[in-house]
Amino acid sequence: MGAQLRVYTQRIKSAQTTKKITKAMELIAASRIQKAQARVKASGPYSDAITRAVSAVATHTDIDHPLTTEPATVERAAVVIFTADRGLAGAFNSQVIREAMELAELLRSQGKDVVFYLIGRKAVGYFQFRKQEWVAEWTGDTDTPHHGTAKEIAGKLLEAFMTPAAEGGVDEIHVVYNKILTMITQEPQTVRLLPLAIVEGVAEVAAGEPLPLYDFEPDAEDVLDALLPVYVESRIFNALLQSAAAKHAATQKAMKSASDNADKLITDYTRLRNNARQAEITQQISEIVGGADALSSAK
Amino acid sequence: MAASSSLQVSVVAADHEVWSGQAAMVVATTIDGEMGIMPGHIPTLAILDKGEVRVTLADGSKVIATATEGFLSVDRDVVSVVAGDASLVS
Repeated sequence: MGAQLRVYTQRIKSAQTTKKITKAMELIAASRIQKAQARVKASGPYSDAITRAVSAVATHTDIDHPLTTEPATVERAAVVIFTADRGLAGAFNSQVIREAMELAELLRSQGKDVVFYLIGRKAVGYFQFRKQEWVAEWTGDTDTPHHGTAKEIAGKLLEAFMTPAAEGGVDEIHVVYNKILTMITQEPQTVRLLPLAIVEGVAEVAAGEPLPLYDFEPDAEDVLDALLPVYVESRIFNALLQSAAAKHAATQKAMKSASDNADKLITDYTRLRNNARQAEITQQISEIVGGADALSSAK
Repeated sequence: MAASSSLQVSVVAADHEVWSGQAAMVVATTIDGEMGIMPGHIPTLAILDKGEVRVTLADGSKVIATATEGFLSVDRDVVSVVAGDASLVS
């Protein structure tokens, strides 16, 4: 077998092996999307109930809470970046980081100091490589995020928010995460988490009907005190879950195109190998014919 | 508010719905003490203490769940028990 032929055979083998791996990863991601989306759905009743309760308090009382009050001046803003722990997901991680950096640039241009909170090893790697600073990181729980992690993140963010800017606290918190739009498109979303803007699902009261009298136990302020951190927590948990689902969808898409590319390579190399083999055979025949000719003319 | 005969109850934890259905009465432990809710209750938001939530069904049987760090809301006979961590005992 000619050297050329051997090289092509080797390349086909390696493309086939790669394809096996990417195909397996595609299938794994596909099954995980379903699970991740089921988890997003399962957390729906919780966040719905909290949103309803928060809007009920907002509608039926007029208490100013530090978490909902716009600060007079914003000295420092925090940006929370939700990435994944692993790559091999196309533009998933880079697009969310790019979005976050654009946001940071915008905030800086408004004269705000920007600090970062990172979720996922990919964001940490990005910051380490560029020798940029960050305040806190959470890694290792992005594939199937747990509520405990959301709680931890929310706790840390609320603590920073309640600290005055002069002592290193932040006045504004933005989150940037990937959201699944369709199975093949994920888009980074930027949301201002704090101070809270409560607009969604405000309890509707039919015209002419008086506002129902609401009873708060023990009283409205305490309820709000307990409720708002939970609200923040559920928002973060939702972002974590959305990001996880989007990551699996991105992985599936990336691995599918990798498998398709491997397929294409295999076809191309197979054709080249056939060509090379045919050329080899043709050459051998012409050598034989040439040799026979030479022998017969020598007689 | 016209008293209907049953409550629409849902008990939800952060990552899943624990239980939902019709019930005759709900007793929950708030930080002010135990609180019972029957159909026609005034709209309420209460903070839950660590403890049990007992749901009495129309046929008298009981569903008991534990709930930590959550709250309870009642609005027009719709009762939501929302807790970061909740699970059914029986």
